[in-house]
Amino acid sequence: MTYTILIYETQDDFGARTDAKRKDAYWGAYRAYTVALREAGVMVGGHALQPAAVATTVRQRDGKRQVQDGPYAEAKEQLGGYYVIDVPDLDRALEWAARCPAASSGAVEVRPNLAM
Amino acid sequence: MRDAHRAAELAARASYGRLLAYLAARGRDVAAAEDALGDAFTAALETWPRVGVPDNPDAWLLVAARRRLVDRARHTGVEATAAATLRRVAETADVTASRESIFPDERLQLLFVCAHPAIDEAARTPLMLQAVLGLDAARIASAFLVAPATMSQRLVRVKTKIRDAGIGFEIPGPEALPERLHSVLDAIYAAYGTGWEDVAGADPRRRGLADEAIWLGRLVVALLPDEPEAGGLLALMLHCEARRPARRDASGAYVPLTRQDVALWSRPMIDEAERILADASRARRPGRFQLEAAVQSVHAQRAKTGHTDWEAIALLYEGLVRVAPTIGARVAHAAALAETRGAGAGLGALDAMPKDVVMAYQPYWALRGHLLRELGRTDEARDAYARAIGLSEDGAVREFLSGQTPP
Repeated sequence: MTYTILIYETQDDFGARTDAKRKDAYWGAYRAYTVALREAGVMVGGHALQPAAVATTVRQRDGKRQVQDGPYAEAKEQLGGYYVIDVPDLDRALEWAARCPAASSGAVEVRPNLAM
Repeated sequence: MRDAHRAAELAARASYGRLLAYLAARGRDVAAAEDALGDAFTAALETWPRVGVPDNPDAWLLVAARRRLVDRARHTGVEATAAATLRRVAETADVTASRESIFPDERLQLLFVCAHPAIDEAARTPLMLQAVLGLDAARIASAFLVAPATMSQRLVRVKTKIRDAGIGFEIPGPEALPERLHSVLDAIYAAYGTGWEDVAGADPRRRGLADEAIWLGRLVVALLPDEPEAGGLLALMLHCEARRPARRDASGAYVPLTRQDVALWSRPMIDEAERILADASRARRPGRFQLEAAVQSVHAQRAKTGHTDWEAIALLYEGLVRVAPTIGARVAHAAALAETRGAGAGLGALDAMPKDVVMAYQPYWALRGHLLRELGRTDEARDAYARAIGLSEDGAVREFLSGQTPP
């Protein structure tokens, strides 16, 4: 069964990506996590996303297009990336989610993918 | 303030478990007993502030709970036999409540039901935490990293099984006792959940259940004073608990066991652990938990002697691998071998472990990284550390391991 691990990061996490002192630890942790997922044979895919400040949200209302600068919802934690993993059940998925670096600072959401 | 609250909570648990065990044992129905007791507690919270706390709160709760059981049985129209059982519960409850409410302590029977072989192994610890301590499903779910709804369903399912399969509330006979006791102890240890602490620290998810696990450990020792493994488990948990304040430094960074400041260890807890282990070993029936406690006892000696007797530890782990060849014991044995016979010997022991078993086991990779670095195999060490970092759940452990990784 495949699950998507949605990574919600704090402003501080986003800051660590480019901070000279912290970026090695930040990217090193994600690299290690990605390798662990691959080696365990559960990795299906994923991407890191640019910060929410770069997001643009689009709505189509009454035939008119509304384009808005910024993310869909303002929140303390913003979507920073995702992984898609293939594991037997939710418990295994949660086990992997707990190891995601964002779990100890922001939050990690696990959703079963809809079978298509 | 928080400590006082916690102490009150722990004291209330003694009543909860006793009342539930008593009610559940007669109907063999944990779920119905829980519902009734829950209602009784709610009624108490409404009544006591108005009329004052009764002289014997337990008796009050017991009478209220059995009333609910009987009411509910009437409403749902259960079979005559069940109704008869409930009447019996009601009668005995009346008698005991009207006297001093010294009703028998049947928590041991309840513990054996919770860890019964007919019950899904993964559900035993959660069931014990709920039935004996009254923890709610959401709290248990986060400790076991399971979705709360899933945990609730699981608990409902096992309670239905206890009732429908008619699992008896009994203390097993002498021939079955050692094995059945082991499932009880395993379930308690799972609630405490230490990993191999030298590398990984106690499993961060379960940290919040340490007090509960120790409480259960004390309960089993009190109820079965002649079983040395029960003492072994309690001593083991107390030794690990004694070091909790030393596991993080002032800045929150992870500190491995061998570098912990022994002044931060809890002396009274270590003394208690030593006393319990000594009592247990007088029975001359060694076992897994006594061996693990003995390892921790050797580590605790560093507070007095200033050094660690790795020879003794390696020997104890060798015995442990023989009686309980778990992955954690094997990795710990390899670490002890590395200390006594060098990094190469430790690495050899790690190499002998099956690859598929160690793939996602964090302490294996952390130790492997450490030993490869000692041997100057820098590239391989870096890979192993990266694997350990990728498998860590704890941010502080991740940072510690990055610091260990050779540049």
